[in-house]
Amino acid sequence: MIEISEDTVRAEVRAWLAANWNPDYGLVQWRLKLAESGWGVPHWPSRWYGRDLPVGLVPVVEEEFKRIGAIGVAKVGIRTLAAATILEHGTDWQKEKFLLRILTGEDIWCQLFSEPGSGSDVAGAVTRAEFRGNQWVVNGQKVWTTSAHKAHWGLLLARTDWDKRKHQGLSYFILDIKQPGVTVQPLRQMNGYASFNQVFLTDAKVEPEFLVSEVGNGWAVTTTTLMHERRGADGLRSWAIPSDKSGRAYDEEREEIRTTMEPYKWYPQRAGRVDLIMERARATGKINDPRLIMAKAAEWTARRARAAQEQGRPQGPEGSLGKLASSLIARAAARVHTSLLGPDALLTGDDSPMNGLLAEILVSVPATSIAGGTDEIQRNIISERVLRMPRERTGDTDKPFKDVPRNTVA
Amino acid sequence: MKFSFSAEQEEFRSNLRRFLADRSPTKEVRRLMETDEGYERNVWRAINAELGLTAIRIPEPYGGQGFGFGEQCIVLEEMGRALLCAPYFATAVLATGAILNAGTETEKQALLPGLASGETIGALAWVEDNGRWDAEGTTLTATRPDGETVLNGDKTYVVDGHTADLIVVLARAAQGLSLFTVDGNATGLTRRSLKSMDPTRKFARLEFDDVAAIPLGPAGGATAPFARTMIEASVCLANEMVGGADRLREDALAYAMMRMQFGKPIASFQSMKHKQADMLLEVELAKSAAYYAAASLDDGDDDAVANAHLAKACASDAYMQTAIHAVQIHGGIGFTWDNDTHLWFKRAKSSEVLLGDASYHRELMLQKWAA
Repeated sequence: MIEISEDTVRAEVRAWLAANWNPDYGLVQWRLKLAESGWGVPHWPSRWYGRDLPVGLVPVVEEEFKRIGAIGVAKVGIRTLAAATILEHGTDWQKEKFLLRILTGEDIWCQLFSEPGSGSDVAGAVTRAEFRGNQWVVNGQKVWTTSAHKAHWGLLLARTDWDKRKHQGLSYFILDIKQPGVTVQPLRQMNGYASFNQVFLTDAKVEPEFLVSEVGNGWAVTTTTLMHERRGADGLRSWAIPSDKSGRAYDEEREEIRTTMEPYKWYPQRAGRVDLIMERARATGKINDPRLIMAKAAEWTARRARAAQEQGRPQGPEGSLGKLASSLIARAAARVHTSLLGPDALLTGDDSPMNGLLAEILVSVPATSIAGGTDEIQRNIISERVLRMPRERTGDTDKPFKDVPRNTVA
Repeated sequence: MKFSFSAEQEEFRSNLRRFLADRSPTKEVRRLMETDEGYERNVWRAINAELGLTAIRIPEPYGGQGFGFGEQCIVLEEMGRALLCAPYFATAVLATGAILNAGTETEKQALLPGLASGETIGALAWVEDNGRWDAEGTTLTATRPDGETVLNGDKTYVVDGHTADLIVVLARAAQGLSLFTVDGNATGLTRRSLKSMDPTRKFARLEFDDVAAIPLGPAGGATAPFARTMIEASVCLANEMVGGADRLREDALAYAMMRMQFGKPIASFQSMKHKQADMLLEVELAKSAAYYAAASLDDGDDDAVANAHLAKACASDAYMQTAIHAVQIHGGIGFTWDNDTHLWFKRAKSSEVLLGDASYHRELMLQKWAA
């Protein structure tokens, strides 16, 4: 067994980057080199564009990329979840077809899990996939899909068997979004943005090769995707910082980040912008206001939450503590910002301070308690899986899914 | 009438509720909120004429109906419930209140009939860029260079200031704090609509450049009548707010009863039941405070001022908290534009702050109690 040491890896990647990195490459051109060398995703199997490197050594590689300012493989968006899912559950055919274009960033992916009738109850999906003739035919409606209007491929959770119990009748497909049977419609939000979409599936077609894992194993595959989503939620922020250097690859990366991050422009505001509180307190002269005790506590709680989130990896229910904490912080921050704004909280847009950024906080914060698992779900996870309190019976998993009561209208 | 309403008042309320449900469905709210004015004069005139809403607290000799805060606050609560897009608060609470409190007999006779009939849209301009809700922040000046009074300075956050026909203005004259009335179209007056967080309630910034003004009450005598007007406005706003809060609460309950997840209505989960029970308690407490404060004004209680502050503080917290719960209860769709929750959420946010937030009023209430 060859022992891979940190020093060996560092020396190797440093040498390779020094010899190969060139900011004037086209972005795709450079990423193909990364894929070929295995340095783009070193922890992936060497058969599939990696170097079988232990996950613990990946930060070493990342440090070397950062040191020389080299761009990595495409990481922003749903594509990383797609890659992780395909690597774990996909066929070789699927890995051949999809993985490389995920790494180069040429393909855009979206997630098709939530439905109007199944939000918290993700496994309650009623989008129907039926095998007719020689292909799957899909009908239904998905919601909260970011990037669907730009996407090529979707990770689709659908029901294939209504006689089985809820979790057992689900299957997972890769859906071609660009086909006629798929219609994407933006959903306007209370804060004015339209970052999410509804996706209508009307006799959408899926070839048999695009089924991921077995029929009826969809829930297990979905769990993989969701686990990586939770884990990567932090990552969305760090990978999304564009460099200010010059060179063709940097230009193209800036554009890629700009378009991928467009739907998430308001995300810092939905978190409450605790970072702005002290600055605003000074600016408004309210620095001696006793309400700012809450601001300081919010700031320290935010740091504890981040630490809790970090402790939550590798994915455990402890991550729910971090998520619940962020929700409470966001709400507290919104209250503090309201009090700092005074009458300016009556206004929005460029009539309000910081060109409407603070007003945006006030109407974006509600999303933190809902998206990615509501506070109620987090409390259930914490109480049941961390504190091991007895689960409530819901009565929807002990009978064929077709017999489970549900709203008939979406 | 502190702890219950009379049969007549209840009947008035239910008629008004039905009337507003018919004339101000959410579709109409969304239509009007997109306009610059925020309302349509002829639409508002028709609504007002049917029930004499702007006349309600104006004494009969001036063309009014001669009722008290008890009745006016019923009107406000129902308007808050329906999220009516109309210049009622600016006209019938702020401008009318200032005139009733500060005006001489002659001035009241001149100004109130137009407000009572609904012909005149009114506004009250007092807050300035320093953001103070009380009279101390007044820097706008009233001078008499050629024997006629002119006003110079700026006012902001003026409710319906950009469309009002008659604007009551708080100024500093040589004699001290004074009130004046100004024509909405006066020369030297520049009016700019501000972008409102809550599109159902419009605010304006007013710039006065030698604007001709008519005195309202004796020069230097505005302090007490203005303070009283603020107290009354706080009570009226608190009542409007509890109407909106109750509407949100009811809609959120209806949703929870209908919405199914995990094979059953989300209303059957204990956490949801507890939340709904807490919401009911919070809204009912805020209602009690709002109703009692209105009755205190009508009865001339010694603690009317403290009760007004309590009511506004309570309503600020209750309406905002109810709105936050309402969005949460709806889940993801509660965050969408097409769902109605955000309309009331934004009214809750705006009202939380208008006339001073909860902390501001709690402080004033405690100062009164400690005195």
